[in-house]
Amino acid sequence: MTSPLQQKLKVTGPVVVTANRLGDGAVVYRAADGTWTKDLAVAVVVTTTPAALELLAAATTEKVAVVDAYVAPVELTTQQQVLPGNLRERIRSSGPTVALPGQG
Amino acid sequence: MYIYDDFDRTLVQERVREFGDQVNRRLSGELTEEEFKPLRLMNGVYLQLHAYMLRIAIPYGTLSSDQMRMLAHVARRYDRNYGHFTTRQNIQFNWIKLKELPDAMADLARAGLHGMQTSGNCVRNVTTDQWAGVAPDEIEDPRIWAELLRQHLTLHPEFSFLPRKFKVALTAAAHDRAAVKIHDIGLRMHRNGAGETGFEVIVGGGLGRTPFIGKTIKPFLPKRDLLSYVEAIMRTYNQYGRRDNIYKARMKILVHELGAEKFAGEVEEEWQSIKDGPLALDPAVVADIAARFRYPQYELLADNPSELARAREDNRFRLWLDNSVTNHKVAGYAIVTLSLKPEGGPPGDATAAQMDTIAELADRYSHGEIRVGHEQNLALPHVAQRDLPTLWRALDGIGVATPNVNLISDIIACPGLDYCSLANARSIPVAEEITRRFRDLDLARNVGPLHINISGCINACGHHHIGHIGILGVEKNGEEYYQVTLGGRADDSAELGTILGPAVPYAEIADVVEDIATAYLELRARPGELFVDTVQRVGVDPFRERVYAAR
Amino acid sequence: MPLVKAGRIVEDRFVRVVDDAPVPDGAAAILPAARFLADAHELVLRQAPIGVVWPNDRKVAELAPYLDWIALVALVFPNFRDGCAYSQARLLRERYHFRGELRATGQILRDQCLFLQRAGFDAFELTKAADAPAFVAAVQRYSVFYQPAADGRASTLTARLARVPQHSPS
Repeated sequence: MTSPLQQKLKVTGPVVVTANRLGDGAVVYRAADGTWTKDLAVAVVVTTTPAALELLAAATTEKVAVVDAYVAPVELTTQQQVLPGNLRERIRSSGPTVALPGQG
Repeated sequence: MYIYDDFDRTLVQERVREFGDQVNRRLSGELTEEEFKPLRLMNGVYLQLHAYMLRIAIPYGTLSSDQMRMLAHVARRYDRNYGHFTTRQNIQFNWIKLKELPDAMADLARAGLHGMQTSGNCVRNVTTDQWAGVAPDEIEDPRIWAELLRQHLTLHPEFSFLPRKFKVALTAAAHDRAAVKIHDIGLRMHRNGAGETGFEVIVGGGLGRTPFIGKTIKPFLPKRDLLSYVEAIMRTYNQYGRRDNIYKARMKILVHELGAEKFAGEVEEEWQSIKDGPLALDPAVVADIAARFRYPQYELLADNPSELARAREDNRFRLWLDNSVTNHKVAGYAIVTLSLKPEGGPPGDATAAQMDTIAELADRYSHGEIRVGHEQNLALPHVAQRDLPTLWRALDGIGVATPNVNLISDIIACPGLDYCSLANARSIPVAEEITRRFRDLDLARNVGPLHINISGCINACGHHHIGHIGILGVEKNGEEYYQVTLGGRADDSAELGTILGPAVPYAEIADVVEDIATAYLELRARPGELFVDTVQRVGVDPFRERVYAAR
Repeated sequence: MPLVKAGRIVEDRFVRVVDDAPVPDGAAAILPAARFLADAHELVLRQAPIGVVWPNDRKVAELAPYLDWIALVALVFPNFRDGCAYSQARLLRERYHFRGELRATGQILRDQCLFLQRAGFDAFELTKAADAPAFVAAVQRYSVFYQPAADGRASTLTARLARVPQHSPS
């Protein structure tokens, strides 16, 4: 039940703002141009609490595009590739860890 | 099963139109998410990790073959070709798009299916014995009463915005297969000294983060008073249930804080004012509902036909027959459970292709009727015993004849972190790994009846508290851990499980289950002693010692 | 915040009196519960209509002695998810036979108006202006009612018995 939506924000590493798209629930990330993208590589990455709060505030003014925007951790590889920062975000980004019935 | 009339059909269609309008208002921005959320929840629409989820009600677990085909259609057209049967005898689709929901619901309505009150702070799908109407041990068909309750509590103007969700279950059998003691209201039918049947009313049960076994507040309620008494309970809850704290809002907390006796007193006072009003059930009204239930025309058949005796020579058939086929109240017939727990598969899932075949087999062998049990398996309730060998081959062909019903690999699990935004840990891969460890059915049969229940968080959708082995996913420093309880049970001697010891990491949980099974084989008094009875007799300490000795 | 009665937007003829402010002479007035109870013996003598705002955590039984001369009871929905006042409304109508105006106040969406009407409300202070013109369509959305409530509509259970014998179910 410690959904990220309920957690108090304290940024200690690279983070992005993520949400679910209203029309279909797809996982999206806030991009630099203020749009939403399904591609984590295009997401804005910030590293401080004020920057994250600013990004989140801009995202939450949108009432129709997305639902439940929040700040999620990411990992930066040495090649500056952006990866989800924990298991929950990995699952959000790549889908269930198990084979879907009839498709495995 | 209950056959909809024009009233029932009209209501569902009106609901579809209302929800379509609400979705459009949300998509246009007229409704905020905060306003829309309770409205969509009341129609069974959740937002999960990567998509919306739609939960469809299957009242008292009874489905027609046409309804099953419609579920297959929705799985194909609007989802990813499968659905998940839940512990509340519902089905969930995991990949629905909000903008397509009104169309999906309109399709479902054509088969009399809907998502009304499958979520939200209202009265949820009334559940009962999945073998209602065919079980040899029931005193009457509880679905008549479940249907009366379903209608009374559907879009009830007073009880659609309760402090929290509200669950009702009903059984009329000697053996409680509906887990009535862990519901907000549990109803158990009894026959009194005068030969009349009535209801024992049990309140305040529930799992979640504060589990309680329900308490009896009325040992025998006459049938005519069913609706008025339930109304009195709900009115008491709606007025006094806590709304200040979501974790204390369930009725079990109110019953606990007031005490069952004081709560019963409040209900009684309210009930006295309304029991002789319009809710008193006229026998003609009950007869009218009962007349809307369609029962099969059974043939006059004898038990154990020759076809069966011959087929028993096939070892695989015999194993399945002994495991998955149960006595029917009518001679020559049987109840067949379809295991949705294949080795290495997610518990409770069925593909669209499986659903279509099951519908076809139901038409051919089960008078067009299918049941959904809270153990997340399906059943064909009216199968002539002579058809069992043919049916078995067909079921085996689509992978729903694993002879593991009630065994250690018949695992009940919530969707967990693979789907659910509330979860702390995954459930499905844990279940899948345990089924692999016990793929040897000789081992599973030697262990005997054993229920494993897995929940991915404290909300306990997998009912871990009442699992003989309960597994609860928790999060520790960003890692998945699992807390194990032993000795829970949901039957007549309902008990909550006892914690075994410190939570173990993901990589070890299947080992722990194996260790527990091994310990049980050493500790049991004799081969026939059930796992849960051994736990009750020796306590959890001997299990704890064995499991943690090597950790 | 539009007030809807009998399906139409109407002007609110009641004045809201806050805390200890004087009750205006000759005007219809709505008082907070505590003030009303304290001054009930004087208020009963007034000619102009009196209403009371009744909180959702207080038993409506306390109001019973006054209901034959109160013109209006305003029940409160602190947010649209809090349904406590539905029970209060039904009790006021069905148990205590209150016949005056029963007004729903606080956070109310059009999606709740039919439930409110069925629970006995006949006046609605709608949170959103756009919901007022949509009110009539919203309360006419359903034609089937599974259970009896405060609105006197027949439930399907009895409606089924009342109609002509039908064909066997198909």
